[in-house]
Amino acid sequence: MTRDDIKDLILEIIKDIDEDADFTTLQSELPLRDQLDLDSMDFLDIVMELRKRHKLQIPEEDYPQLASLDSCVNYLEPMLKNA
Amino acid sequence: MPFSLDKAADRYDVIVIGSGLGGLTTAKRLSYCGHKVLLLEFHHQLGGLATWFKRKGHIFDISLHGFPYGMVKTCKKYWTKEITQSIVQLKNIVFDNPQFSLKTTFDRVDFTALLNKKFKIPQTTIDHFFSTVAGMNFYDDQTMTTRELFEEFFPGRTDVHRLLMEPITYANGSTLDDPAITYGIVFSNFMNKGVFTFEGGTDKLIQMMTEDLEKNGVTICTNAKVDRIIVEKGKVRGVEVNGKVITAPAVVSNSGITNTIYDLAGRDVFSQEFLEKADAIRVNNSSCQVYIGLKKDAAIEDKGDLLFTSTAPIFDSSELLDMHTRSKTFSVYYPKTRPGHDRYAIVASMNSRFDDWDSLTPAAYETEKQALIERTLVDLNRYFPGVNDKIDWLEAATPKTFNRYTLHSRGTSFGTKFEGLAVSRSLFKEVSGLFHVGSVGIIMSGWLGAINYGVIVANDVDGYIRSV
Repeated sequence: MTRDDIKDLILEIIKDIDEDADFTTLQSELPLRDQLDLDSMDFLDIVMELRKRHKLQIPEEDYPQLASLDSCVNYLEPMLKNA
Repeated sequence: MPFSLDKAADRYDVIVIGSGLGGLTTAKRLSYCGHKVLLLEFHHQLGGLATWFKRKGHIFDISLHGFPYGMVKTCKKYWTKEITQSIVQLKNIVFDNPQFSLKTTFDRVDFTALLNKKFKIPQTTIDHFFSTVAGMNFYDDQTMTTRELFEEFFPGRTDVHRLLMEPITYANGSTLDDPAITYGIVFSNFMNKGVFTFEGGTDKLIQMMTEDLEKNGVTICTNAKVDRIIVEKGKVRGVEVNGKVITAPAVVSNSGITNTIYDLAGRDVFSQEFLEKADAIRVNNSSCQVYIGLKKDAAIEDKGDLLFTSTAPIFDSSELLDMHTRSKTFSVYYPKTRPGHDRYAIVASMNSRFDDWDSLTPAAYETEKQALIERTLVDLNRYFPGVNDKIDWLEAATPKTFNRYTLHSRGTSFGTKFEGLAVSRSLFKEVSGLFHVGSVGIIMSGWLGAINYGVIVANDVDGYIRSV
């Protein structure tokens, strides 16, 4: 997956969690939580979807790596390079 | 329709023991993740404490008293659109005690106005209090108690303490001496938008959840009491139920945490260090309830949906737990609760200690139960004068009743105190493949807490199954 593919994947998962999520003003370097009204349960949903769709096991201590769209891409890129 | 046990297969990916809202949600999430799930319930009805019973044309809800708005998002994400659409607001929450009487929507806007105008608290103090409790997390420092939190913001104001604490004591069994974070998290959840209920009642909710589980391929067996969880070499192998062995690499217990450790798995499979933590768990208190059904053509005026009443001079956590407490809530179920059913029912709830009731002789137990009903009617007549003539069903439940139907240690109706959470969360580190979901640590209790905890545990289980 390219960096853009990973970005799209995350946004697609968020859209499934909250169909009203608005990405028009989303800044990829800022925390998703502040911009999209996501709570800790929503981040757990992202972790579970990544495991379901791509068999990724993300340990709890790495959850902070999913804070912004950019940090998600940086963290997931090596894991999804062959996906 | 749930099956009897003889229809169950010999092997599953995961077995869930118990069908409280936590167990149901874990089963749902794991089937959604593609696992083959077996759900076992000892009772003939699913739901755990999210339950109901029928008498003489009445349907009485046990724990449908009001939950926070967060249920809307949670049900939408983890259950179905139809379930979400049945969630409606309860707009009239009443407080009546010797210190004050008021009606509120129980949300931040209304509480701010009340605290400012009626209780004369400065706006800055109110705002600071709300931002403090809203910022609380379960991993924060636990040394501050709710009593200390209240004294810091509202020193000496026992009336304000009562307004803030009384509903939460009934919601999760917490006291002024529990960690302030357990108060703050639950209180903030309610203050978001007020109090909500499930239109159609508990029976409709559980029926909708059951249908959704079956659609997702979960095998559900009722009247199936698990005798033990089979653990071999530090690893779960399955369960023994009604003499039958069913294997699975993962078992999730939605039984009480103490029941899970001592009765189902057994002490011998745990380390000494873990057992010390488990032995220190305090189970929370239980409840008493009085169920009041009104005659078919009888009606009562709308005096509010949830009435927090007391004749005790001030709020005192131990007074609320006393066998002869003067404090109780009335959940009033008008015909709007179950459209089409058109009956009025009232459920009075009190917090109570198991030991107080368990130590009585059978004769004294019956006498106390009757006295409980009579005290409740006296209190009820203050709000609905002459209601006695309209009643055609009266029945009481005590902590022993809760124990009988849920099997929970000492009939606890609010799970465990805060320390139970860490033990529940670390169970699978002790025995591979063994997980617990249920009311632990106060914040995971209540309908919303139980469902969300079910999702959290399902994530752990899914991660585990996929790694073995």
